[in-house]
Amino acid sequence: MAELEVKGGKKGTPRIDLTPMVDLGFLLITFFMFTTTMSKPKAMEIQMPYKDDKLKDEDKNKIKNDEALTLLLSKDHRIYYYNGIGDDPTNPPKVEVTYFKDKDGIRDVLIQKKKTVQSLISQGVLGAKDKVIVLIKPDDNSTTGDLIDILDEMTINAIPVYAVVDITPVDKDFIKATEAVNPQ
Amino acid sequence: MPKIKLPRKSTHIDMTAMCDVAFLLLTFFMLATKFKPDEPVVVTTPASTSTKQIPEGFMQITLDKDGRIFFAVDNINAKRDIINQINDDKKLGLSSVEMQNFVNGSGVGVPFSQLKSYLALAPNQRADYDKKAPGIPTDTTGDFTTNELAYWVQTARYHVDNGKGRIAIKADGKASYPNISKVISTLGKQKVFRFSFITDMKGVPPGTALAAERAGKPAAE
Repeated sequence: MAELEVKGGKKGTPRIDLTPMVDLGFLLITFFMFTTTMSKPKAMEIQMPYKDDKLKDEDKNKIKNDEALTLLLSKDHRIYYYNGIGDDPTNPPKVEVTYFKDKDGIRDVLIQKKKTVQSLISQGVLGAKDKVIVLIKPDDNSTTGDLIDILDEMTINAIPVYAVVDITPVDKDFIKATEAVNPQ
Repeated sequence: MPKIKLPRKSTHIDMTAMCDVAFLLLTFFMLATKFKPDEPVVVTTPASTSTKQIPEGFMQITLDKDGRIFFAVDNINAKRDIINQINDDKKLGLSSVEMQNFVNGSGVGVPFSQLKSYLALAPNQRADYDKKAPGIPTDTTGDFTTNELAYWVQTARYHVDNGKGRIAIKADGKASYPNISKVISTLGKQKVFRFSFITDMKGVPPGTALAAERAGKPAAE
């Protein structure tokens, strides 16, 4: 038979054109790249301070001025900070401004604060059980991103105690005063 | 002049190797990724260094950058109970199809007054509606008449894992603080002080206390 002769005359392996299969493969890759997501979202746990309207005022405010650092989050991702809790109107704290940065930013402020508290403990000014306490007070101009960033900064610097609390009118005045002194 | 003899080569290229690569990549992408979850709104979450997984069967409060609030539950059975209770409590008069729409849907962001008309829509119409939905009304009080999120949270907590269900907040990084504060204080009024923020992953900056801790003992997954 003629057909058989032709087949027999051709030597070697039969070739299949794989180009369409490659096309198909890359088409599917493109599809999967667009419809799927690579990074699994993570959960950042947060414990808010227990808030009860029945709680008396004298039960609160047990933070010592030496161990506390207050951070005020404000607009343009600015952080105003001062040592202590700023509850003494006759002696207002020195308020400074910093930003979310890896160098010379909020991280260095926190590391410095930890060192200060450590040395105060060794000098005996603070008790051995005292720890750095950071109070975070976001104002109305800050964003959720700022809040998450600052909470993350607490984890990064292993701050033992921190709390998100409501901003007070006094703190808002601190921000205004600092803004007036160094306009940026 | 002697002619240069070019060897006659076939123009065929062997595609087998390329085909192998293509399918290898395809397999990789199929195994390493998962489909984007169905979300009512687009939210760009901020990044954090946390490595914790999102708790199973959670209730999710979504806050977009305009401050609109959506509520979703990741548990089909609980969803059925929740919509039944809401239907009875609020006298919404939902049909069984509308309730099924709630169970199959991804989450809602409308006040109770609009819930029936919202659930009556087809799935693609609902997705369109979500783009301009007003969000669940929320304020800083624990009052159910004005703070509907408080009602959603309380009802959902009752039905999800007998009150042990965790709450995850997926908030856009650009959402302003007063908006997230409303959500947090609503949860506080429900005596929920422990919850999670859903974040993207971020590397630990070198030379910090956390980096030292992670290096000492690998983070528990």
